[in-house]
Amino acid sequence: MIWNEYHECMERDQLAELQGERLRQMVERVYFNVPFYRNKLQEMGIEPGDIRTVDELQNLPFTTKQDLRDNYPFGLFAVPQQDVVRLHASSGTTGKSTVVGYTHNDIMMWSEVVARSLTMAGITKSDIVQVAYGYGLFTGGLGVHYGAEKVGASVIPISGGNTRKQLQLLEDFGSTAIACTPSYAAYLGEALIEEKIDRSRLKLRAGIFGAEPWTEEMRAQIEKSLGIKAYDIYGLSEVIGPGVSMECGCQNGMHVFEDHFIPEIINPETGAVLPYGELGELVFTTVTKEAMPLIRYRTRDLTRLHADRCDCGRTLVRMEKCVGRSDDMLIIRGVNVFPSQVESVLLEMSETRPHYLLVVSRENNLDTLEIQVEVEDQFFSDEVKELEGLRKRIGANLASTLGLHATVRLVEPGTIERSMGKAQRVIDNRKLK
Amino acid sequence: MIIKQLSVFLENRAGRLTELTGILADNGINISAFCIADTADFGILRVITGKPELAEQVLKEQGFAVKITDVIGMIVPHKPGGLHKALQILTDNGISIEYMYAFASADDRATVVIRTDAMPKTIDVLQMHKLELVTAGDVYQM
Repeated sequence: MIWNEYHECMERDQLAELQGERLRQMVERVYFNVPFYRNKLQEMGIEPGDIRTVDELQNLPFTTKQDLRDNYPFGLFAVPQQDVVRLHASSGTTGKSTVVGYTHNDIMMWSEVVARSLTMAGITKSDIVQVAYGYGLFTGGLGVHYGAEKVGASVIPISGGNTRKQLQLLEDFGSTAIACTPSYAAYLGEALIEEKIDRSRLKLRAGIFGAEPWTEEMRAQIEKSLGIKAYDIYGLSEVIGPGVSMECGCQNGMHVFEDHFIPEIINPETGAVLPYGELGELVFTTVTKEAMPLIRYRTRDLTRLHADRCDCGRTLVRMEKCVGRSDDMLIIRGVNVFPSQVESVLLEMSETRPHYLLVVSRENNLDTLEIQVEVEDQFFSDEVKELEGLRKRIGANLASTLGLHATVRLVEPGTIERSMGKAQRVIDNRKLK
Repeated sequence: MIIKQLSVFLENRAGRLTELTGILADNGINISAFCIADTADFGILRVITGKPELAEQVLKEQGFAVKITDVIGMIVPHKPGGLHKALQILTDNGISIEYMYAFASADDRATVVIRTDAMPKTIDVLQMHKLELVTAGDVYQM
């Protein structure tokens, strides 16, 4: 089923025309309303009206997270404060948090793209949707909430955490869909077993998971433990929140809602635009957002775009699962390491749970990487040589995938902290000096 | 002839073993014999107790990685050459020992807990040579 067939299945030349027109209006709005953008455009000798087609997008300057921080809190808003009806902010784990604002129309547009997303997962007004994303400054909870209400589903705004309650409502209310981070979904799957809740007592059939990188192996594991189909949703608060792109039933990449967000892939070093199919940094231009429109916002997410038509009938481009965020990327002894690579290795071996932690340190001016892995119960052997063998196999597989030697440390089950929101996968002790 | 040994994965962390013995004590579980195999990062605690299933259940509830392993308890005379004679029998029959630990009691006997690479064969060979083996029922008395 398709929520908005007109916009989701538009011929691509017709879509480009719509994007061009919306881009022109957006550039005009920021030029007259946001001093930051006016200065940038003037420096580059661009006047409103110079940008008329979507092909001219690449002449415009980039916006970075640092620009958002420099203009903290409301410096990039393009409307007066009385038109702003909602404020969200990022968690700000690295430096000052970034603030985003929404007008009434922005909230409507956000609900629309989330409604399209949920429809891709087969959710209709007959569904009961348990929203286990955090509600609050984080966009996850309220974003999915409004979209689910727009679809007409019954929404349970339980927010994140409180696992016992989550399980109780899944069972008692008969929730048919759940939205949360994939790491929390994996945790719920484990909790289901621990609490000895029989899967057949649940009506859950779909999960909408996003807000952090996850792997296909993790998807398979969640689908098995919760007995559902797991869908990937993508978004970031700077662009709108969840609902920037979403996987359809074909699960062949996430369709970007291009009538609102124009995606580009660039070479992260040179800034040059790369053709479809090439790996690079994902960049978004929001063409309909009123409160805080962004021109060519650099997401730091690394992925590829594909424009060939999907079997579902949608013409919207599909983005692959992100290889990682360049923020997440660790450079250890000059080698780029993504936590998602470690996860893939561990899950392929199936002898270990996806509970792991990367600890990076520096000893005698040399970076060291330790990977802590929980030993799963049924694979625990009481012979030292078996456990040492497991440790060596993990080490060897990691070395061949990462191109880097890592020390593997086996730890007891449950010792690595479980997250209720985004999983903490890395401790970088090098920064503490 | 097979007795159930409780094996527990332990990180090398101060106080971890004390937590475990506390749980066993709280549940009225007596330890008859035990040993710890240790590496730089982790240890494996092996315990002989009269209530291995209960111990497994309570430790699992507390988040330990636990396993019940089959071992053999053989009784040898507590005098020079007692152990040697028993081991010679195993060696002569091509049986390798994975691990073993032993304790002597007040009488003239010592109990040796062994795990080999061929458990049923080990039992046959030892019985053929008339060595006394510990039965599951004996474990309570140890």
